[in-house]
Amino acid sequence: MTAISAAGRIELRGLSVAFRRKGEDALVALDGVSLQVGNGEIVSLIGPNGCGKSTLLRAIAGLIHPDQGEVLLDDRLIVGPDARIGLVFQEPRLLPWRTVAGNVGYPLDLAGTSRRERDIRVADLLSRVGLTMAAGARPAQLSGGMRQRAALARALALEPEVLLLDEPFSALDALTRERFNVELLELWGRLRTTIIMVTHSIPEAIFLGDRVIVLSSRPGRIVADIPVDLPRPRSVEGLDEAVVSATARSIRAHLDEDAA
Amino acid sequence: MRSSAVLTVACAAAFVLLWKAVVVVGGYPAFILPAPESVFARFVTAWADGRMAPHAVATLLEITLGFLIGGALGLVAGYALGKSALVARLISPYLVAAQATPILALAPVLALWFGPGLLGKVVIAALIVFFPIAVSAMVGIRSVDAGLLELGRSLRASPLQVLLTLEIPAALPSIFGGLRIGITLAVVGAVVGEWAGAERGLGVLVNIARGSLFDIPLMFATLATIALIGVALYLAVVLVERRLVRR
Repeated sequence: MTAISAAGRIELRGLSVAFRRKGEDALVALDGVSLQVGNGEIVSLIGPNGCGKSTLLRAIAGLIHPDQGEVLLDDRLIVGPDARIGLVFQEPRLLPWRTVAGNVGYPLDLAGTSRRERDIRVADLLSRVGLTMAAGARPAQLSGGMRQRAALARALALEPEVLLLDEPFSALDALTRERFNVELLELWGRLRTTIIMVTHSIPEAIFLGDRVIVLSSRPGRIVADIPVDLPRPRSVEGLDEAVVSATARSIRAHLDEDAA
Repeated sequence: MRSSAVLTVACAAAFVLLWKAVVVVGGYPAFILPAPESVFARFVTAWADGRMAPHAVATLLEITLGFLIGGALGLVAGYALGKSALVARLISPYLVAAQATPILALAPVLALWFGPGLLGKVVIAALIVFFPIAVSAMVGIRSVDAGLLELGRSLRASPLQVLLTLEIPAALPSIFGGLRIGITLAVVGAVVGEWAGAERGLGVLVNIARGSLFDIPLMFATLATIALIGVALYLAVVLVERRLVRR
């Protein structure tokens, strides 16, 4: 696995997405979203329910074709699902009939990776997310946190330059979630993958992000792009509380402004 | 496991005892309901003197071919029905109509078309097997989680990869439900087909035993053979299911 990827720059230019429904007005999910995310940057996306955060992530992942605008990865247009982009969904979405190792290796199977290389990569990925002992277990035997770890390892299987996380920790309890955030940062410290993460949690957005992007309620527009002025590496205890609370106030102000 | 084996044997013994009790208490003559031991004795001699085997082989061949052909067509049709709402709307009425028409009523027509040989029975067995397997495949294919399909799309899985790694594994439990029903129906189809006209087969032997031979123990021994074939094939399907379906 490459230690540091030199690529992974995402650019959104005037992205608009509308869902057409029979006999009703089109639902505008995203309206002219422009955003640049640099190599190895971590960006948190936050916003009210139904603001199109997931839609934005799906558009970046090439799962949705925008009605207007474009998504570029390292100056190349994204026109469909791309191996350079790894996706972690809100639910683990593991194949119940495969073992944990089989799930983590699934993208490699689809890509036609040789069995030997696949097994080496899977072992490496499992150790990175601390699931080596669970390699032979079925998803049903795992806790929610372990399942999401497996999903994260799977998203890293093709060595993506960009990792998209769609509220990956929302179903986890607070303690697991905090530990997960720390682990994600450790992982990022080694891989330096660009990360765009949707979250509902202001503390999580601040703890992880270099920037926090605040989206408005439908139609989703960017209402604020707030830098997080905290040095890395970050730890749960070592954060500058003044900076955290000032950033949180700023995020909250923009969220409230939108709600008003 | 051991206690369930004991229960299985006990249950079989209870069945035979009940049968014997009905014969004794009811005082039925052998041409109405022969006693289990005389059926068993006739079963052994019919196999030993080579009377049963050619008929059993013929019926087994009809069942197997009918199940394989009807099952394969059912799986393909079920996939199409599950994937396309249009196909489902256009084709379903004919499938249901064909299934709702009693196979006993269809059998003479099919015998007329396909003759008294192997083909006619295979067609009847395949026809009766087709429906439950098509329906179970359709239900199974539709049961694939939309999230998993999106995952497959995000990983750029080809349609064939989606079929092999997502749709078939997700549909297997449902498909095996259909296969279990299908294999028992294949037995019914083959025997009914033989009744409608055949030179050989267990259905034919039942008729001969009841008619020209008037050998009622042989008739029951033949019925037992049919039942045993059904049970054995059903168990074979269950064994394949255990190997393929991980729960």
